[in-house]
Amino acid sequence: MTAPRTMFEKIWQRHVVVDRPDGYTLLYVDRHLMHDGSSPAYSRLKARGMGLRRADRAAATPDHYVKTDSRTKDVPDPDHRRLLNDITTNCNEAGVQLFDLGDVRQGIIHVVGPEQGLSQPGITLVCGDSHTSTHGALGALAFGIGSSEVTHVMATQCLWQRKPKSMRITIDGTLSPHITGKDVILAIIGKIGAAGAVGHVMEYAGSAIRGLSMEGRLTLCNMSIEAGGRAGMVAPDETTFNYLKGKPFAPKGENWDKAMAFWKTVPTEDGATFDREVTLNAAEIAPMVTWGTSPEDVLSINGRVPDPASAPDPGKQENMKRALEYMDLKPGTPMDGVAVDRVFIGSCTNSRIEDLRAAAAVAKGRKAQIPAWVVAGSGLIKEQAEAEGLDKIFREAGFDWREPGCSMCIGVNGDVGVRGQRIASTSNRNFVGRQGVGVRTHLVSPAMAAAAAVTGHFTDVRKLVG
Amino acid sequence: MDAFTTLKAVAVPIDQANVDTDQIIPARFLGRTRDRQVEGFFHDFRLDPNGRPREGVTLNNPAYKGARIMVGNTNFACGSSRENAVTTMVDNGFRAFIAPSFGDIFFNNCFQNGCLAIRLPADRVARMRVILHELPGAEISIDLAKQTVVGPDGKTDSFEVDSFRKEMLLKGADEVKITLGYDADIKRFEDRQRQEMPWL
Ligand code: SF4
Repeated sequence: MTAPRTMFEKIWQRHVVVDRPDGYTLLYVDRHLMHDGSSPAYSRLKARGMGLRRADRAAATPDHYVKTDSRTKDVPDPDHRRLLNDITTNCNEAGVQLFDLGDVRQGIIHVVGPEQGLSQPGITLVCGDSHTSTHGALGALAFGIGSSEVTHVMATQCLWQRKPKSMRITIDGTLSPHITGKDVILAIIGKIGAAGAVGHVMEYAGSAIRGLSMEGRLTLCNMSIEAGGRAGMVAPDETTFNYLKGKPFAPKGENWDKAMAFWKTVPTEDGATFDREVTLNAAEIAPMVTWGTSPEDVLSINGRVPDPASAPDPGKQENMKRALEYMDLKPGTPMDGVAVDRVFIGSCTNSRIEDLRAAAAVAKGRKAQIPAWVVAGSGLIKEQAEAEGLDKIFREAGFDWREPGCSMCIGVNGDVGVRGQRIASTSNRNFVGRQGVGVRTHLVSPAMAAAAAVTGHFTDVRKLVG
Repeated sequence: MDAFTTLKAVAVPIDQANVDTDQIIPARFLGRTRDRQVEGFFHDFRLDPNGRPREGVTLNNPAYKGARIMVGNTNFACGSSRENAVTTMVDNGFRAFIAPSFGDIFFNNCFQNGCLAIRLPADRVARMRVILHELPGAEISIDLAKQTVVGPDGKTDSFEVDSFRKEMLLKGADEVKITLGYDADIKRFEDRQRQEMPWL
């Protein structure tokens, strides 16, 4: 009898092309996603005189460098203009499926992959972007790679990997109303730290995780990288299958039945062991907000800015002091009430239809006190939101309703904050300068971001909506 | 890829934990050609908003001039997968990094660019940083074949490195070429997968 295996172990073993005696594995890549930053990797491939080994397994969409106030490729920066044109030329030349600017299917790659049914249970999926962990929400082994590795995948459809360790995060119980996947992952990072899962593939399990919608799971897995994780995964179940059914690139007809039979074998078997186990109690998770410059600098909206004096060692004290100085926050200040200058709702973490609905529910009938942007993750989501009248709610509340792209998550496309601005953002990184030089980013859920927009300060969204 | 065998060079300490790749090279430098990314190296970390060197930043201290080794803290180079974080290091002279732990993607990217990322125990790395602050310009010496690091205090530590990665670095091997040597295995895998997962 073979020992019970984890989901990660099973997917890994199924994709081994070569196991070397030195512990390195040549792993097959089922799906390769690309974006507008993938052009240098393709140039290197061409310089070798090679083409893509499996163009049929690749898909691409421009996201990082696109403008969100118009659909033009004629962006002001000549380097960015070149990247936006390259993706079209390269994909056409290589025969890669492209969801280009102007196509309603264009969007952020980590939103588009699942939405198109390209991300599926039991597969290996890579992309030259750290938030590739997102796709693990469907029960895939999905991780980000560097540009040289992208070239390697284009050339060989494989990657040399040492097998990561495994880690299970179990969250049982029921989440309180208005607590989302974003609050859950921020709570996890707060508990284990930004390096907590380095070298590990994380599996999220427990009744609270199973109760999350696909959108919630995508948000959760998306920020696995902020916990240091190599990848994040949720076992496929009825929620997954219902989500995938009918998606353009999901299997159809007889293939659907074959795929289903396989997908049901993907989850971790009873009794399988993990290298590390962490548990959290769902009932204890409150709306979360970051106070510093690492995602681990996080607390509940009812908390107070921590005091560096409370840090365990001088190094940590120094880090905390530096973070508070950058964020312009005083120890002991209640987070509820901290004034915000601007709001960004979007990014591959929180730009899906459920996110927009949650934000709209807070915005409805209220008025934004500060500039607030809503950037849907894809053209299809934008279309659906408009069909549901969400755009009207946002516009009437004074929010800006924009075209899909990474936008202010990364600040390379013209969408940037102004030095000194404090931004409530639904994105994933509160790093120094991430949203513009000198900009202060606080990570929150879409509902919390909308609450900040209509009050002008951080507040517990549960006080606004019952 | 350039080979990495031994390196004896000035080492510069970076004390902060969780230094992310957005600090190593801010996103606004990424879309450029590589030669124009060089100045992005720790740009906002080194310089204040007026472009003046920030005080107390080791990277601004001329005593560390010519440094080729960086000694960091926990979770060094975490965050974004941008390989530019490694290439901008290389283009600014750095070839080796010592820290208690690294962001996984940066760690992998090092091997793609002839660089070596070395994990050592946190207290030893902390000690090295203290010495490097006390004796700016002190050298560290690394021998990949022997897997040893001689610290600025003359103390020798051995480090772990995957033998696969080690061989590749020592030879400056071309990974794509090596993989193409396994073409028959890849074909076999693909044939089997076509049968087993026809929906892909
Ligand atoms: S939305 Fe932000 S985190 Fe996501 S892919 Fe774009 S830039 Fe990266």
